[in-house]
Amino acid sequence: MFLKSGDPIRKTFGAGLAVLGLVLLIGAVVFVASSGEALVASTDSAMHGSMLVGLDGLDLTPYRNNTVGDVGTDRFDPDAYLTDELESTTETLADGTVLRIFEVEAVNKEIEIAPGVFFPAWTYNGQVPGPTLRAREGERIRILFTNAGDRPHSMHFHGYHSFEMDGAMLSQQVPPNGSFVYEFDADPVGLHMYHCHATPITQHIHNGLYGLWIVDPKEARPPARELYMMMNGFDPNFDEENEIYAINTVAYHYKRHPIEVQQDELIRIYLANITEFDLVNSFHVHATFFDYYPTGTQKEPRDFTDTIIQGQGERGILEVRFPHTGDFMFHAHKTEFAERGWMGLFRVLPAGDGDG
Amino acid sequence: MAEPRQGWGAGVAILAVVPLVLLVGMIAWLFSDGAEGLFATDLPPVESVDVMRHVLQNDVIHLDVVNSGPDPTTIAQVMVRGAFWFHEITPSRELNPLQTARITIPFPWNEGEPVEIVLLTSTGLTFDYGIEVATATPGVTARALSRFAMLGIFVGVIPVALGLTWFPFLRRMGKRGLGFLIHLTVGLLAFLVVDAMFEGFEAAHEMPSIYHPQALLILGFAGAWAMLAGLQLRSSSAERSEVSGIRMAWLVALGIGIHNLGEGLAIGSAYVLGELTLGAMLVAGFALHNATEGIAIVSPILRQPGSQLSRLVGLGALAGAPTILGCWIGAFTYSQFWALLFLGIGAGAIVQVIGAILGGRALRETLAPINLAGMLTGYLVMYGTGLLVGAA
Repeated sequence: MFLKSGDPIRKTFGAGLAVLGLVLLIGAVVFVASSGEALVASTDSAMHGSMLVGLDGLDLTPYRNNTVGDVGTDRFDPDAYLTDELESTTETLADGTVLRIFEVEAVNKEIEIAPGVFFPAWTYNGQVPGPTLRAREGERIRILFTNAGDRPHSMHFHGYHSFEMDGAMLSQQVPPNGSFVYEFDADPVGLHMYHCHATPITQHIHNGLYGLWIVDPKEARPPARELYMMMNGFDPNFDEENEIYAINTVAYHYKRHPIEVQQDELIRIYLANITEFDLVNSFHVHATFFDYYPTGTQKEPRDFTDTIIQGQGERGILEVRFPHTGDFMFHAHKTEFAERGWMGLFRVLPAGDGDG
Repeated sequence: MAEPRQGWGAGVAILAVVPLVLLVGMIAWLFSDGAEGLFATDLPPVESVDVMRHVLQNDVIHLDVVNSGPDPTTIAQVMVRGAFWFHEITPSRELNPLQTARITIPFPWNEGEPVEIVLLTSTGLTFDYGIEVATATPGVTARALSRFAMLGIFVGVIPVALGLTWFPFLRRMGKRGLGFLIHLTVGLLAFLVVDAMFEGFEAAHEMPSIYHPQALLILGFAGAWAMLAGLQLRSSSAERSEVSGIRMAWLVALGIGIHNLGEGLAIGSAYVLGELTLGAMLVAGFALHNATEGIAIVSPILRQPGSQLSRLVGLGALAGAPTILGCWIGAFTYSQFWALLFLGIGAGAIVQVIGAILGGRALRETLAPINLAGMLTGYLVMYGTGLLVGAA
């Protein structure tokens, strides 16, 4: 293995090895120094640009539980969702019944669920939650449904309807590029929902195929500021746990953009829970109490409280007034969800102010 | 058949360039409009983000991250303990492959608690990073410097120096005893190589594969071995003699010094990362472990005449002092790269030392029972004292 001293081959071999070793070492050091450049960066935190000061000069900088940035509203505007309903046309049938016609399309669309976080959603009419469908008790409902997605989809409505209109069985799934007409009576009165019932159903619902379906009583509810809210969650890394929770899809949207209401104004919230993977979700509002009408089917409230729990598919109507002005939180009292995006603010303005 | 022409005419230069031109041409075509879509897919980008290290300061967590995937990626949000948290990323949230960034998260972490951090990319993928035990990262202050210097002195310098004090006793040993001792040294060194390389491959598993950490480890190993072997061949051929005892002692000290630099790195960083609680037991373990390295250094010079005191001091410094440097690097600017590279370099250097020791001897001598016993004893001594320091 070791060559004899003085051998010219040995000399060359030795010199070659020395040079090779040197080159390897220098290469390694340069490689490490360049790739590890940031590793030796100064640890001085020159940040805290947006330093917040609290009571008695407390530095609030470390305590900010929120996402960074904002979500563009050109794809989906959660503020508009609060009050928008899907437009419909009406006809009067021979027997005098009002026929209300909606058009709904299932379509794939990328949505932004937190600032900078995009999710390839399956949507009704390009939005998550899907559009709010609203009708009056006794009306006949017709939905012209087309599937522009690349998987079978359907619309399954909660409420009375015939077997053919259930949209739930495998045989009732509408193929891609297919269409179907759902028709049934607006019955019973209350706050309901619709969602896709294609398999695998967890994926179809989680991916965004759901929305509110509201049947108003013949005798209208008292006038109020009405808001639509769906508690939902997203699992963008497909580990069957939600990373992001929200009211109406966008994490912390109403925390960044508080919902403006007026002091003592009657506010009616149509609240539903469609959250996948978790057993329950909850709703809690600060500095006030509300009347709770589960499913909105009874005239008398079941509860007077500030916190309710809903399982998946459960929904109810909340009637609330804020006696005091100021910013008041509403959030899941499952605080884990609140820390992951399900938190908003009501900005209560003095009566007569604002756009409320 | 005519001999191929030799020499460096213009024609030869063109011949050398032709393959390169063809290669560049092909690559240019691949990126041109003509080839657009040829290999394109609709698959989402392959994303990978790795946290290289963390720095904890009062109510602030810093993470140094790298895009270790083949595609650009954007870190959209950061979660700490399951909650979205305010943070800033410099220089950019958007990272090209191999680009690094620092994420600064003001967060009220508590001493001694674990902290789980999740990085959420723009496509919704998550990359987790766990701080096992939160503890403030030392800044480069005189106090911290002296503290980690003390650590290096106790685990590296003093033990080696103590080992060297066997010198007067060892030089009174007979020929057979000396042979035993030198082969004991080989056993000691062999353990260090085995230990360092397996530790290196284990650490390589935790590094982003885009850096080819195993290759980095081998680079350090082969580079160190080749350089030292080359140096030795050149110098010994110049003197036309076998490697002298003195030269051998310096070589051993150098090899062990590089090894101890890596060991210091590991200790300093493990301490800072909260993976190592330094107690008297651990320091005592390292002291025992490293004291045996002193024997390895002195055994080649036991037959040298005259006083060796100044030489012993120098050898001890070369072998032990790098531990201090390693502790500093590990504590203040730890990176997986340096740690891995030095593990490889240390092992390569020691392999060369083993080669130099055994290379001057006949195989028959090395395989004599007493010498085999020496090697086995050396290995077992390191194994036993290694148990005292556990995973470090």
